[in-house]
Amino acid sequence: MQNSRKLIGHLYMAIFLIYLLVPLAVMSGAAFNASKLPTIIPWKGLTDQWFIALYNDNRIWGALANTLFVALAVVIIAVPVGAAGAILVNSISGRIRAVLYGMMVAPILVPGVVIGISTLLFWNQFSVPSGLHLSVLGQVSYIASFVMLLVLARLQSFDQGLEEAALDLGASHAQVMRRILLPHLYPALGAGAAISFFQSIENFNVTLFTRGGADTLTVYVFSKVRSGITPTINALAFLMIMVTIVFAIIYETRRRRNAAIEASREAEARRAEES
Amino acid sequence: MSAGIELDNVCCDFGSFRAVDHVNVNIQPGEFFSFLGPSGCGKTTILRMISGFTDPTEGVIRIGGTDVRGQRPNQRPTALIFQNLALFPLMPIWENIAFGLEVRGVDKAKRRKRAEELLALVDLHDSADKMVSQLSGGQKQRVAIARALAVEPAVMLLDEPLSALDLKLRQHMRAELRAIQKRTGVTFIYITHDQGEALAMSDRVGVMSQGRLQQVANPRDIYNNPVNGFVASFVGENNILKGNVQAAADGMAGFETAIGTFKARLPETSAGKAVKLYVRPEHVALTNAAGAENSVPVTLTEVAFEGNFITVHAVTENGTDMIAELRNDGAGSVPASGSKMHMTFDARNASLLPDSTTTGA
Amino acid sequence: MHDLYRRYGKGLTYTFIGLTFFWLIVLVVLPDFKLLEASFRPYLPVADIGGPKDVYSLGNYAQIFGNEVPFSIFGIEVMIAARIKVFILTIFYSGVVTLITFLLAYPLSFYLAKVASGKTLPTLFLLLFVPLWVSEVLRSFAWYIILTLKGPLNALLMTLGLISKEIRWIDGYSPVVITLVYAYVLFMLFPLYNAMQSLDSNQIEAAEDLGSPWWRTHLRVILPHAKPGIASGAVMVFMLSAGSLLVPAIINSTTGNWFTQTIQGIMLEGQDWNAGAAFAFMLLLFCTLAVSVAMRVFRVKLSDIAK
Repeated sequence: MQNSRKLIGHLYMAIFLIYLLVPLAVMSGAAFNASKLPTIIPWKGLTDQWFIALYNDNRIWGALANTLFVALAVVIIAVPVGAAGAILVNSISGRIRAVLYGMMVAPILVPGVVIGISTLLFWNQFSVPSGLHLSVLGQVSYIASFVMLLVLARLQSFDQGLEEAALDLGASHAQVMRRILLPHLYPALGAGAAISFFQSIENFNVTLFTRGGADTLTVYVFSKVRSGITPTINALAFLMIMVTIVFAIIYETRRRRNAAIEASREAEARRAEES
Repeated sequence: MSAGIELDNVCCDFGSFRAVDHVNVNIQPGEFFSFLGPSGCGKTTILRMISGFTDPTEGVIRIGGTDVRGQRPNQRPTALIFQNLALFPLMPIWENIAFGLEVRGVDKAKRRKRAEELLALVDLHDSADKMVSQLSGGQKQRVAIARALAVEPAVMLLDEPLSALDLKLRQHMRAELRAIQKRTGVTFIYITHDQGEALAMSDRVGVMSQGRLQQVANPRDIYNNPVNGFVASFVGENNILKGNVQAAADGMAGFETAIGTFKARLPETSAGKAVKLYVRPEHVALTNAAGAENSVPVTLTEVAFEGNFITVHAVTENGTDMIAELRNDGAGSVPASGSKMHMTFDARNASLLPDSTTTGA
Repeated sequence: MHDLYRRYGKGLTYTFIGLTFFWLIVLVVLPDFKLLEASFRPYLPVADIGGPKDVYSLGNYAQIFGNEVPFSIFGIEVMIAARIKVFILTIFYSGVVTLITFLLAYPLSFYLAKVASGKTLPTLFLLLFVPLWVSEVLRSFAWYIILTLKGPLNALLMTLGLISKEIRWIDGYSPVVITLVYAYVLFMLFPLYNAMQSLDSNQIEAAEDLGSPWWRTHLRVILPHAKPGIASGAVMVFMLSAGSLLVPAIINSTTGNWFTQTIQGIMLEGQDWNAGAAFAFMLLLFCTLAVSVAMRVFRVKLSDIAK
């Protein structure tokens, strides 16, 4: 009984993973098909022509540069802003905290279309023309919420006694910040930066309304898919999936190594306890 | 190097709650002074006021004769050892210890050297480059002490630093702390709810209850001559009898209760107050025959043989519970539960004390 | 606030407040006010802006009416404005997406939280995360490839003999629903997993020990415990679906318009920003309403949803 239920669980997990990964495989496969349409059937033979076409597509490289520029700007603004918000909301209590927290979380739930249009209209009244700078501001308005949530969660595991200890040992406020609080927050800030970066690259809705004439990768791919589709996009998709997998492997190895280090330290502490 | 501390009519309110109520005490330079009391008695608030994390609502705190009101924690010559130690988990041990020097701009080589000296002082060689998570509880304790000593404080403040350790290590660390204090000559102010710790380590102990300082005295006087019922009961156990003072003379008095009249000491501080009779279990003897004075007939309800001593619970004729703690001398027989015997005690070991004294105010 | 000042001093405290102010006021609140204000303004040639014709009115909101089309509810055919029909269908199918993601994710999150061994868990999560890191536009595109008439799905079904004639998948709302489910199922999975993981396994064993069949254990012990997670996942998936523009724009058929596409048409093709603002504001209003209702129904706080 127990075992058969477990088996169903394993099976379902496997099917679900196949469901998640097969579309990506289909898309990657189409990148190597000599067919003019992006598909895997009928298979017309292996080719690298779509990768060459991708390499020669200048607009896509421009769009990539724009995307990275926007993502970088979003990280630079959203991480400090979100972290400041988390520290602020963590230090107060009661009704103001609830209101402030609500205001900080709400942007996640606001449709990107609304954020895009409101950002465009707001800056337009000050004669700020549309363009990628507006995309950055619009994206920051909700991406900072993710950073805030990550930093806030990390702050909850922070022993504020450490700051008091540092102050008691004569540290200045800036030193407390730099040596005690920031090192504790680094994992959350790193995760926040990564999420901000990827959210920004992913973003379509906000960017579409605020970008002016500039392309980002998502917008460009979108327009390619809408107009004439060639498997060039599949070649791009394949490369992006590969990059993702490489990052995933690096992450996993690092995680395992850190876990091993942590385990050996704990073992040593236990030994010290016994002696 | 070390400095005295004066608390002058210090009060601290949290909203309408008065955590510390008119505390007056003068701690000498180089003294090992403990604040002893149950949780919530205000002792931690006193420590936080001395270190500068909480401001007194009323009163003055002087460190080394200087009024420190308005000085922030990082400006005071105090070093606090936190209850949970508050070691910085992301720094190696030596950086933890040298942190106070680092923020004062001491260069790295000097910091490292000083950290290693301090590690030697607290008997932790070869641990400089380890991380906090690699140390045992007792080792972390020593690192916390070394870190506090590194800034050469005039006063060390310790907030129940031993409470996380197991019993054996705790007893070892008591001796260690006392030795470090003697070696460095720094004033130690120690907060604890553990009477054994306070009595074993301190030059003087201040017993606190409900924000008030009940008694300040050396450990022997705290135990042998408590000024009121709270101190007597919080520090050690007591048999308590209710009744009225009859005749008093030369510091002794007759005390009439429902189960007879007893003779006991009447300290000056108890004069003219409603009092009860307090006598410690180890001062109570069990006899088969009634004694000449201070003798109560009892029925034994429970006899617990605990090795070095025997705890006897008994009940008097009017239902008052009594406890006697008998030394196990190896020869005497263990009394049986249910037997009828007499409990006797020496009048010099019994005190007539009020419930609490209102010091200060 | 006082605490902040004590810990970080004047300079840092003001920096924190300043950054938060910039975010919440300049980037969030003021643009939303501007959106509301603009939504009442008429669409005018540049020369007339600020002139006598530039007065507040409900004209933009009235644009949702008009152009009536047939719409059948439970078999009853009524006439309804085309844009209102799109709005209603968007909400309806977003609800369908939410329900399907819940049905898919519930067993899986239970498996991850209570069945899978602690050792394989990080690896499983890594595999689950891979599609999430791949751009949404590409994931939608992948389904476009799969669902086309001559695509692999139809070919597979034909080979298996399950269908004799190719199915036209890209028709009506089904391709959008299929792709949205694929795109957002993980946003249902993770909050559900978090909620279930915090359930003490002993409670499940205790229920079974007391003779409860598995479905009753789920109904009475696990589901109630997972409620905040369900609320969180449902709100996330519903909002993402209703607000999605990319997925419907890539994979929709002419018979399956999404409300965000209506807004896009007004903004970018019609270039009527004020009417776009009015429609965006309607969407925002509806979303706020939907979140408040969900919070009331599930009796959860915003902080539960945002986990």
